[in-house]
Amino acid sequence: MYVLIAGGGKVGANLTRSLLRAGHEVTLVEQRPYRFDKLEAEFEHQVIRGDATELFVLERAGIKRPPDLLVAATGDDEDNIVICQLARERYGVGNVIARINDPRNQVYFDLLGISPTVSATGAIMGLIEHEVPEHGLIQLLELRKENLEIVEVTIDKGANCQGKRVRALRLPEGARLISVVRDGKAEIPDEETQLEAGDQVLAILEPGKEDELRRILLHD
Amino acid sequence: MKAIVIGCGRVGSAVAQQLLASGWEVIVCDENEDALGRLGEGWTGGFLVGHGMDFQLLKDAGIEEADAVVATTDGDNTNIVIAQVAQTQFQVPTVIARVLDPGRAQFYATRGLRIVCPTSSAIETLVGAVRQAEEVNA
Repeated sequence: MYVLIAGGGKVGANLTRSLLRAGHEVTLVEQRPYRFDKLEAEFEHQVIRGDATELFVLERAGIKRPPDLLVAATGDDEDNIVICQLARERYGVGNVIARINDPRNQVYFDLLGISPTVSATGAIMGLIEHEVPEHGLIQLLELRKENLEIVEVTIDKGANCQGKRVRALRLPEGARLISVVRDGKAEIPDEETQLEAGDQVLAILEPGKEDELRRILLHD
Repeated sequence: MKAIVIGCGRVGSAVAQQLLASGWEVIVCDENEDALGRLGEGWTGGFLVGHGMDFQLLKDAGIEEADAVVATTDGDNTNIVIAQVAQTQFQVPTVIARVLDPGRAQFYATRGLRIVCPTSSAIETLVGAVRQAEEVNA
């Protein structure tokens, strides 16, 4: 696979190293002279110096081939947006991945249709929420295109659903339980499955139904 | 008529002053509070401190009722993104972005953005001036 990476900071450099090790062809673009010198010592001709939002720099990096994948990993979100737009729309690159530095800029990537995106803050927040479930519902996976999400809920003592069968829960439309883990064993629940304290429940639901699900399963 | 000018450098501040003088309601946004000084002591338009990529700042500036948005920060890509946001998210009727790089200016112009590229204008003027001299001396 041929991969073009814009931005040779920690993310871009490590990505380049890993992809090269896995036998892929990579061109890395870095603008800052000091950083470029360090990268060149390691990656030699596989790194080129320049501003990856300039067309001639992208072309020198081989964007016209085009690459199978472009990763916009600079430390500037506007640059990453422009790099992805140029790659996709001007050069016909099929796959782009954008790094988001400031999670508040996620709205702009979404608005301009740039996906997938990766944000370190977002990823760490996801892990923190997984470790410290404040609201009872832990988001495991967001299926943006499908407008669905998968959440995990641990049923505690005294929870509203404790001792009830799934049928009696009256789950809202657009929400469904997909598995119940009890004593380390997973089971796909049906209408007759009875929920107990200590159960770990996975549910799939439409975003916006979290509160309703929380009330039904956990507490008012 | 209401205009929002994002980026209060030499260009942005002058655009804001001229629009205000011709009767527009003008709000200027800049990251740097000191940029207000560029607008002169008699500035009666609005001025907000913040980054043009900040959704809330754009709303506070009244982008939802704006007739025009002019993006003149010192970053080409910032201007390009702000202009697209103003156009796509807020449906501002007139959106103009200053882009110094002719390559990007041309590309985004084909995508329906109104771009002003001072570099291209300067090149044309310079080449035109030289050609004129050529005719005169011929």
